[in-house]
Amino acid sequence: MSDASPRYGEPVLMKGNEAVCEGAIWAGCRFFFGYPITPQNQIPEYMSRRLPEVGGVFLQGESELASISMVYGAASAGARVMTTSSSPGISLMIEGISYLYGSELPAVIVNVSRGGPGLGNISAAQSDYTQATHMGHGDISMVVLGPNSVQELYEMTAWAFDIADEARAPVMVLADAVLGQMMEPMRPREDAPPPPPSKPWATTGCAGRAPNVVNSLYTADDDLEALNVRVRDRYLRVADRICRCEETQADDADVLLVSFGTSSRVCETGVARLRSRGVRAGLLRPLTLRPFPSARLLELAGSVRVMLAVEMNLGQMLEDVRLAVQGRVRVDFLGRTGGNIPSVAAVAEAAERALAGSD
Amino acid sequence: MAEAAVVFTPPESYTGRLMHYCPGCTHGIIHRLVAEVIDDLGARERTVGVCPVGCAVYAYNYLNLDMIEAAHGRAPAVATGVKRVLRDRVVFTYQGDGDLASIGTAEIVHAAARNEAITVVFVNNAVFGMTQGQMAPTTLVGQRASTAPCGRRPEHEGYPVKIVEMLNALEGPTYLARASMASPRWVRDAKKKLRKAFLAQVEHGGFGLVEVLSSCPTWWGKPPLEALKWIESDMMAYYPVGELRDLPDGQAKGK
Amino acid sequence: MSRILIADDLCRGCGLCVAFCPRHTLRLAARFNKDGLPPVEYVDPDLCVGCGTCALMCPHVAIVLVERTAKAKEGTAR
Repeated sequence: MSDASPRYGEPVLMKGNEAVCEGAIWAGCRFFFGYPITPQNQIPEYMSRRLPEVGGVFLQGESELASISMVYGAASAGARVMTTSSSPGISLMIEGISYLYGSELPAVIVNVSRGGPGLGNISAAQSDYTQATHMGHGDISMVVLGPNSVQELYEMTAWAFDIADEARAPVMVLADAVLGQMMEPMRPREDAPPPPPSKPWATTGCAGRAPNVVNSLYTADDDLEALNVRVRDRYLRVADRICRCEETQADDADVLLVSFGTSSRVCETGVARLRSRGVRAGLLRPLTLRPFPSARLLELAGSVRVMLAVEMNLGQMLEDVRLAVQGRVRVDFLGRTGGNIPSVAAVAEAAERALAGSD
Repeated sequence: MAEAAVVFTPPESYTGRLMHYCPGCTHGIIHRLVAEVIDDLGARERTVGVCPVGCAVYAYNYLNLDMIEAAHGRAPAVATGVKRVLRDRVVFTYQGDGDLASIGTAEIVHAAARNEAITVVFVNNAVFGMTQGQMAPTTLVGQRASTAPCGRRPEHEGYPVKIVEMLNALEGPTYLARASMASPRWVRDAKKKLRKAFLAQVEHGGFGLVEVLSSCPTWWGKPPLEALKWIESDMMAYYPVGELRDLPDGQAKGK
Repeated sequence: MSRILIADDLCRGCGLCVAFCPRHTLRLAARFNKDGLPPVEYVDPDLCVGCGTCALMCPHVAIVLVERTAKAKEGTAR
């Protein structure tokens, strides 16, 4: 995602959750604090074995509340650090993520989403999209990445560390139970990652310099406003560079599917099936959920007849698509939730219905 | 001709800024003692402190060290994160009773259970100070607070929590003590205990905690001296001062 | 001569040093510092023995110096 000429090794069959770990380790992450929750338990289990192998530290926190604060401490100490969880556990981490953001600390958080709300279930869902993209109390613009394969889990987790250090902010990788549990061939990076930036602001002991304070408390109103603007500006500069999406036959599409993560894989097959029936279908898959590829969607709103958002929720990314197209094209919706995944047949049928209803 | 010896100047680990604490609030004494102990250990430049949410939220303005502001109750977890990254630094938390004994009970128990090599300065003034005097888990039976206007009733609000005794049930911790700010004799004793709590980390690689019975003149509705007397008469009667778990060698080594 | 130095503007007039001084050589002044609080002052500096109890008990580190002069032996000039 970032390097000019990455080098890849031979493919290995790997579970998505494990690819998250290997991506983090390749990027130089040596500290992990987390708590068990299905469907991401392979991550702490794998890290507990793998991190000591590379001289890192794994510690199981006593809760998600504790884990995100351990991440906060490690980030403050200048380390590349990660935590992972799933939907209800992410809810527990939200305060800590807001603290990371307000304290200008880099960290990577991976959500292997499951059915909600509440205890929900342990099947895959995409119903944390709104939570991820509207994260926490305060004005928070957090980068959110949306992988849809084991390879992308590896690459995007690694990329997240670079983005986090550049933005000096937490970054989220939004996955789901299917991606976390699936096994696919994955080609690991064989070249060395770019070195992380220096962190003169880190609290490492004040030898040879004035003390550093890591803090999100700014009692003077103007100071807090200035912090918010400063962090937002840094996000906007990063966002400008990293916003991306992947298109499948979008240029001449009449009906444009918009989908991320697991449901986007169903849509890929859906596009192929529709095209084989003579329907000009296309797919736009956001890779960065924040920043959302609004500009490209607005552009496509000028050429497609209708859009169809396909998600494993009751309509969350749908809102971003509708905002992006500014009313220029109708955006229909197909969603299943609770762990259900829209089928290819349902996607194709919904796309045809959308076209039929669009003059 | 008799010579003058300087026996006190403010510690280097104290920034010299006017502290915002209420007149007579013993947070200021405890801050100064912590700064003195850090100076005595020559550790200022390799220490990282973690502040609470509470009156001492501004401790980063008063301690001349790298400091981190933690979310409410999470300081032991934040300190754990720092210590696991920076093994050779001195890492401590400074927490009030709302922070440690209310929202933070899980974090303190588990840091102690892990014998995490950090030092915890636990300031117990039997009330939530910063938020204007609500009942705390440490508020005494019969003591009035803004959310216990009739005084704490065991049948409704239960009994106050004795943190050091609770932690003493764990295998893990290296040093556990309770101290008091009630009078000069107790303040001198408190400094010794704080030093041992830091030595628990520095010399024994383990967890050290001192619970310091502290005053809150404002929300107790008592002038500063009377507040200290109440520590002695009422708080020390329920929260016994002493060393519940001593360092393995029974006394401080080195300086 | 044992002596202490008081930082007027740090003093909050809490009176703990006054209460705990074993020689009762301190009192709250009749005037106010810039924050409207009565700072501490000596009743009689000659009574001070430089024990440092005031500095020990001061929550505001307003006692910024304690200098102790050992008492001269009896019969010798001070």
